[in-house]
Amino acid sequence: MARPKPPLFLARAPYRRRRLRDAARLLPILGLFLLLLPLLWTHGDRTSLSAGDVIYFFLVWLGLIGVAAGFAPGLSSGEGTEEEED
Amino acid sequence: MTGHVLLVEDEPNIAEAIRFILARDGLRVSHLADGLEALAAVRGDRPDLVILDHMLPGLSGLEILSAIRADPDTRTVPVMMLTARGRDREAAERAGADRFISKPFSNAEILAEVRAMMNR
Amino acid sequence: MPFNLLVFACILYVVFLFAVAFIVERRAQAGRLGWLRSPLVYTLSLSIYCTAWTFYGAVGYAARSGLEFLTIYFGPTLVFIGWWWLLRKLVRIGRQYRVTSIADLISSRFGKSNTLGVIVTVMAVVAATPYIALQLQSVVLSFGVFASVTPDGVSPPDPGSTAIWVAVGLALFTILFGTRNLDAKEQHHGIVTAIAVEAVVKLVALLAVGSFVVWGIADGVGDIIARIDASDLSAWQVEPGRWTGLIFLSAAAVITLPRMFQVMVVENDDEGHLARASWAFPLYLMLMSLFIVPIAVVGLDRLPAGSNPDMFILTLPLAEGQGALAMLVFLGGFSSATSMVIVESIALATMISNHVVIPLWLRLRPKAGAGDDLRLVVLNARRLAIAAVLALGYGYYQISGGSAALAAIGLIAFLGVAQVLPALLAGLFWRGANKNGALLGLLTGFVIWAYTSFLPSFGPGAMLSEAVFTQGLFGLSWLRPQALFGTEGMDPMIHALFWSLTLNVIALCLGSLLTFPAPLERLQGAAFVNVFEGAVGPQRWARGQAEPEALLTMAQRILGEDAALTLFQSAARDQGKDGFLPDPTPAFLDTLEARLSGSVGAATAHAMISQLVGRATVTVEDLMAVASESAQIMEYSAQLEAREAELTRTAGALREANEKLMQLSIQKDAFLSQISHELRTPMTSIRAFSEILTEGDLPPEMVTKYGQIIHDEAKRLTRLLDDLLDLSVLENGTVQLTLELASLQQMLDTALTAARQTRPERSFTIHRDLPSEAIYLKTDADRLTQVFINLISNARKYCDAAEPELRIAVRQRAGRVTIDFIDNGKGIPKESQSLIFEKFARLTDANRAGGAGLGLAICREIMTNLGGSVAYLPGQGGAAFRLTVPLRLEKLAA
Repeated sequence: MARPKPPLFLARAPYRRRRLRDAARLLPILGLFLLLLPLLWTHGDRTSLSAGDVIYFFLVWLGLIGVAAGFAPGLSSGEGTEEEED
Repeated sequence: MTGHVLLVEDEPNIAEAIRFILARDGLRVSHLADGLEALAAVRGDRPDLVILDHMLPGLSGLEILSAIRADPDTRTVPVMMLTARGRDREAAERAGADRFISKPFSNAEILAEVRAMMNR
Repeated sequence: MPFNLLVFACILYVVFLFAVAFIVERRAQAGRLGWLRSPLVYTLSLSIYCTAWTFYGAVGYAARSGLEFLTIYFGPTLVFIGWWWLLRKLVRIGRQYRVTSIADLISSRFGKSNTLGVIVTVMAVVAATPYIALQLQSVVLSFGVFASVTPDGVSPPDPGSTAIWVAVGLALFTILFGTRNLDAKEQHHGIVTAIAVEAVVKLVALLAVGSFVVWGIADGVGDIIARIDASDLSAWQVEPGRWTGLIFLSAAAVITLPRMFQVMVVENDDEGHLARASWAFPLYLMLMSLFIVPIAVVGLDRLPAGSNPDMFILTLPLAEGQGALAMLVFLGGFSSATSMVIVESIALATMISNHVVIPLWLRLRPKAGAGDDLRLVVLNARRLAIAAVLALGYGYYQISGGSAALAAIGLIAFLGVAQVLPALLAGLFWRGANKNGALLGLLTGFVIWAYTSFLPSFGPGAMLSEAVFTQGLFGLSWLRPQALFGTEGMDPMIHALFWSLTLNVIALCLGSLLTFPAPLERLQGAAFVNVFEGAVGPQRWARGQAEPEALLTMAQRILGEDAALTLFQSAARDQGKDGFLPDPTPAFLDTLEARLSGSVGAATAHAMISQLVGRATVTVEDLMAVASESAQIMEYSAQLEAREAELTRTAGALREANEKLMQLSIQKDAFLSQISHELRTPMTSIRAFSEILTEGDLPPEMVTKYGQIIHDEAKRLTRLLDDLLDLSVLENGTVQLTLELASLQQMLDTALTAARQTRPERSFTIHRDLPSEAIYLKTDADRLTQVFINLISNARKYCDAAEPELRIAVRQRAGRVTIDFIDNGKGIPKESQSLIFEKFARLTDANRAGGAGLGLAICREIMTNLGGSVAYLPGQGGAAFRLTVPLRLEKLAA
């Protein structure tokens, strides 16, 4: 007998929760990309960082914190109800 | 008392005992040990009474009885069944046995039964 | 500011913290923690990541290396916003297995190996020592700054004695609050709350100075931006390698730093707090670093050249005449240093006591009795360890002379603890990682870190000679500490990071791939990696022989009398027993081990219970059980299928057994009526003839004849009863065998003669091969002959061929003799072949020949008793039986 397959279509809420987890996993990767990005533009004629770079970093930082704050309630509320990875 | 009794019994000693008892009473007793031969003898000799053992080589007692009752010529022949196994009685009665005696029996018992059947 | 006033302020501040910790402890004991267990306190306690290094050093770092200081915050930010990957699992495992420290985690994961625990402990202590020195140094520096600006009143003591006073003070505070009690779970609510308070002080201080700089000294944000662009700071070029490497390093450190592990995992009250901290902690970090650049820029601008940029944050307000602000900053820095030192020394002391002192103690005094309160030993070990850790830090401070830049020491410490990361990650995500791999990886990483980073940090000629620096170890140029394998020109930090972690990971992988883990390791590996799948860990104990009383005594030594009794009583109640002594079931042993782990660590708890239970804990069967358990989700379907198949098999076997039983039951009924018939038949003759004889007047020859009949029938009855008794004796195995050497040929002759009595009227043709029968068997000749007679008689009775024949074939092979009896009848139908050896079996009434159906059953029992067998040989063209007997039967030991 085969393992009872997880339902093909989930109700809306669990589906959302799963995509939220995907997003939560992707967030640090996006963050790393954004924080390494300035390394690319130091290669050209510019060799140093300006106040603009400082502002850039803090904006990225704030953005990441904001998104993580948006994710956190959804993630923690879904916890325990379904631990299944998908 | 006169009459012809056909005794079908494969145990020679038991057959000898019955033969002795009935013969002493004046009956003519013919003895057969094999079922098939017995069936032929019933049809041919028309005995007044058939004493049939339950367990026989060839055909079993019940099979012979059924055959006797199935044949219109022999249907009315009185049949007494002998058996050593108590629960065979029901099957014997269903097959049409008139009397039923279980082993071991007393000589007086079998003699009385045979007389009763012969006088009917 | 007068020095004594400064000291007074410090003492006042410490007393305040002391009061906070004290009140919270009291409330915790009363079970009224309330908001003190909120995510806010948890998040703030995480701020011990920001030590005096970041508090003072960040500005200095920015002044020296531009924006690079941000990397130290970016790493933790990424780790926390990515909590779903790692931290969630780490915290879950920490809570579920009552992990007491990072050393405990590694040791527990890799088979509760105390060796690993010791190694991680040593690494942590070595890496933490310079870090603690750093905190002392920053406090001393800030004292110096303050006192030198206003040199009135008492003159400040020299930096060395300041350091020692700070160290002693911190040790006292930590001992007072860190080792007050030995909780089942290693939590310190008082300390955590005090640290949260300190976190607020730090943040407020930095924000206050920042605001003062931006809006007090400069003209707001626009002006600051202009100043940044104009300053030298922006001339610093960012090296991509360093930038990336440091983000990675700080990310690794936030996971593996003992103090971070302590507050993040061990002190965690609620997994939900982590979700809040996932963004709140990065926010805290961002706020902490918001004003670093402005302060650095303004400091470089305003303060005289040559000022220590590490102290800008303090000297800037002082230079601007903001005494109160400077005091706040000083307290902020003081907070940073003290909170770090307190938590770090608690974490290290836990490791030292659980992995070094207690195992040693138990080895030296394994038979300590109930009166020997181990808790006191543990607490004293921790107190000593705290003092030792601070003494080490102080020693390092003295040796290094407090000269090196703060940031450099911090990074070296980071890299040291980061060596635990590969083992940690592999332990959490790779079931195949094993103890040997972890051991190899840790040692490799640690040695390379020490050689390329830690020892060189003392400078050429201090720990490593000048020659080693320039020519390499043993003069081998590829072993130069800052150019391993000829990788010259790399940044030393990145060089050490690259080589130590790369070789660490390689050693870990190779070790794990090439060696085989012990059962317990595999068990723990599965439990840790699949912590979310299998809610409960596998049982590690078989039902032990441990005396509940001994277990209770041991538990009392560690948990204390009340806690131990409560635990035992509730366990006993769960088992449905009165009193305090539950049965040492596997479940109870697991619970007990978990509770003890919370106090003395997994390895020690395991060792202590092992001592009493007396078994090397995990067997391969346990492992098999776990293998299916742990891979539950993945192997769910396979398991179901297997179970299904097993069910089908069982059902099949049951059906078969049932059919056989039914058949046997039918046969038994048949046998009973058969027995009845067999008994009644001779009885009938006996009764009839005895009645005839009694009646008298018979001729004498008749009397003789009938008397003979009675005699024969009586003998027949006796024979039947003998057979039944024989069978029962044979079946019970109580038969007496008479072993002797006997000729097979003679036995067959005897049997053939005897069997002739069965249906003597039939003439049988017997085929024999006399030479093959010339064998002497050591056996019970009578019994074997009996079997022969039975088989030959059966052939005589049942062979229905017109000209019956019997062939007897004898073969000798490997110490066994087979004798086949094959007749030319129609044989036994296939469906009956499995039944013929059963008792009471007789195939058809038609073939009845005087037996009661016991012959073959008796044969089988005799052959079993003779060490042989009898079987029906199908496909021989007739009924065929094969006997197998040993050539020489040895008497079985009675």
